Amino acid sequence: MTTTDPPTQAPVRTATVALMGNPNTGKTTLFNRLTGARQRVGNYPGVTVERKTGALNLPDREVTLIDLPGTYSLAAVSADERIAIDVLTGHIDQMQRPDLVVCVADASNVMRNLFLASQIADTGLPVVIALNLMDAAEARGLRIDSDLLLQRLGVPVVPTIASTGQGIDQLRQAIVDALDRPRYLTSVDWPQPIRQAVGTIGESIQSTTGQSLDEAELLRLLFDVDSAIADRLPWSHDQRREQIAAARAPLEAESLHPFHAESVLRYGELGELLEGVITKPDQPRATRSESIDRLLTHRFWGLATFASVMFVVFYLLYFIAQAPMTLIEEGFNLLGGWVEPMLAATPMLQALVVDGLIAGVGGVLVFLPQILILFFFISLIEDTGYMARAAFLMDKLFSWCGLTGKSFVPMLSSYACAVPGIMGARTIEDPKARLTTILIAPLMSCSARLPVYVLMVGAFVEPHYGVAVAAATVFAMHVVGLAVSVPIAFTINRLFLRTRTSPFLMEMPAYRVPLLRDVLWRMWQRGREFIIRAGTVIFAMSIIIWALCYFPRSDAITQDYIQQLAAEQSITAEQAQSQIEADTAHQHAIDSQYIEQSYMGRIGKTVQPVFDPAGFDWKITVGVLASFPAREVIISTMGIVYALGGEVSEESADLRSAMASATWTQGPRAGQSVFTPLVALSVMVFFALCMQCGATLTVIARESSWKWAAFSFVYMTTLAWAASVLVHQVGSAFFGA
Amino acid sequence: MASLSQLQVGQSARVDAIAGDTTLGQRLMALGLLPGTQLSVIRVAPLGDPITIETHGGQLSLRRADAQHVTVTVDPAQ
Repeated sequence: MTTTDPPTQAPVRTATVALMGNPNTGKTTLFNRLTGARQRVGNYPGVTVERKTGALNLPDREVTLIDLPGTYSLAAVSADERIAIDVLTGHIDQMQRPDLVVCVADASNVMRNLFLASQIADTGLPVVIALNLMDAAEARGLRIDSDLLLQRLGVPVVPTIASTGQGIDQLRQAIVDALDRPRYLTSVDWPQPIRQAVGTIGESIQSTTGQSLDEAELLRLLFDVDSAIADRLPWSHDQRREQIAAARAPLEAESLHPFHAESVLRYGELGELLEGVITKPDQPRATRSESIDRLLTHRFWGLATFASVMFVVFYLLYFIAQAPMTLIEEGFNLLGGWVEPMLAATPMLQALVVDGLIAGVGGVLVFLPQILILFFFISLIEDTGYMARAAFLMDKLFSWCGLTGKSFVPMLSSYACAVPGIMGARTIEDPKARLTTILIAPLMSCSARLPVYVLMVGAFVEPHYGVAVAAATVFAMHVVGLAVSVPIAFTINRLFLRTRTSPFLMEMPAYRVPLLRDVLWRMWQRGREFIIRAGTVIFAMSIIIWALCYFPRSDAITQDYIQQLAAEQSITAEQAQSQIEADTAHQHAIDSQYIEQSYMGRIGKTVQPVFDPAGFDWKITVGVLASFPAREVIISTMGIVYALGGEVSEESADLRSAMASATWTQGPRAGQSVFTPLVALSVMVFFALCMQCGATLTVIARESSWKWAAFSFVYMTTLAWAASVLVHQVGSAFFGA
Repeated sequence: MASLSQLQVGQSARVDAIAGDTTLGQRLMALGLLPGTQLSVIRVAPLGDPITIETHGGQLSLRRADAQHVTVTVDPAQ
């Protein structure tokens, strides 16, 4: 008998291609064109830089395309820039060196864009140049001889217009060709002193640490003011300084300033290479961007337009979000109503699923439309180029707190919801400023706080002081967070002295009409990220809070209630029971007793003395504690605690009157109203400043670390407590209780 | 000899030197702002800071405090 071997399959050829380029070159659009929907977003190990990869399916092999963060130079200061050089030199865990680099260049600015390509050449990786935004260059009257450029550079040069898809097929082909027959950019012809210095530093590293670095890395150590590559070496601070200075010494002797030499030499060679390649028009054409900018950055009109744009965005945000939000709310109610009878046999499970999960998760997902719409507007503002102008206009104000104008849009977004705001802080390169922005963003009064204000103001301010004062109070609550954020930003900045600061230097890109497809895609990607990450945490927190409010559950309470009702009405226990089942008012009353007996109720009573100086009784304390996963939970918790059921809204007249007539039952204030306007104010101030949002904590953890998420939780909760106590104490002293 | 931070909107100048030992200086040079490069100040923010300069490498915004590191020779007024 013969055995036949199964037909062997040729192993699928794979390759990794890195996509690099300056910011604002349309790189993301190009990436989207090349990979379609086959994208994945993750993290680089150990850092908070987003790792974006996609699959580029070629006929004969599978290619992984890595979209590296946009950067002007490999001189790495920010975490984003460091990733680029680490990827190119193969220093990322579980990632191999790319087989090819596609360098995206803005055709309107070839020389500057090729500076990065020139640095990539040092790494010894083959290169393909994608000359993108050709349409914008043509509109300016620039003519580029791409064949000549190809000859001069020695690597494939593909003109593309990523927004229309022109040139993409040729680029794909060029990638295939380059993977089979790689071509390399000629490295700069470094003068002797520099070669010597590279050798010197290479040897000293080898002999003192045993590590051997690539030429690209050695050049970075030599040229960069404070290269992050030195972090890989086990040198002390002094050693680092000495060794590098020693290697640089021969350069100084030849009047080659180490920090200038690289740029002067690279641009010198680029100038020669580009001789005759680009023809500029005799008369520089006034671009449309210029005229637009004259308006948008004008002393008065610029600010006026800016304010209008922000106002319109917020208005649209609330307006457009209304319908979907109601839909989601109804949807979850329907879901709850549908599931409830199915679980009637197991009341605990029923309560867990309906009251805990569906209500808890639904309560947060209700904000999804707002979050998505905000992502949409932020992406739109970024892609059109207006973001840079906004940062430009606002920078002075922010520099007073140690931040830059780039923090503006993240902070403003946080007025609707901190989640997109904090995620938007990714555009801030300076790690110090980025972290500070992330930590103060939740102080901006988000839309989830509004129901609390509406409830408190509606019940306790408006009836006594009228509509004008009520509106002013709500406004004041929005300002409180902002006012407090200034000294806090200041303080936080003082505390982090050792992070490297990157300079505030911002390119003003030409205005562009963004590709709607790209904007929607980005909105969807970020929204999905939020749902998955925050969703799991919120899920968990909802269960925990529900459990605390539910257990211990003894039937004694229900039985006692039945007996009491039977006695009051002189009916049998069975009659009483059917009465109870028919009337929700009884059920709410029973629930109110249950929560008082629950762990949450007991914790509330135990913890209440801590909140007493702020004027909170145990019921308010329970409401505050239960709201830690999500602020708006307080409304339904108050409803349950005041025996009105969890479905009340902040406008509910019953809830308002129940709270208005609540009195202290014991202690020094026995008999007095719990809710005075002052107490209402201190409750609002507490909510204005407290970190009560599981979603925000998750996002902070993702964008920085769980350590910082914990820190923000602690500092904001302490701040909120201190502020509400202050308000109550000072208020009582001045105005009497 | 003036520093870039002293220029007003509309003025052009030629770069003489950039204080090299700052990351900002290095970044400016990587963006093509080298000794001998022509630039002009085209805009200033409503509160006086930052400024926007235009060079062959595009338009850049920077703070006056950082622009001090760039020494320039102002072009004679037209």
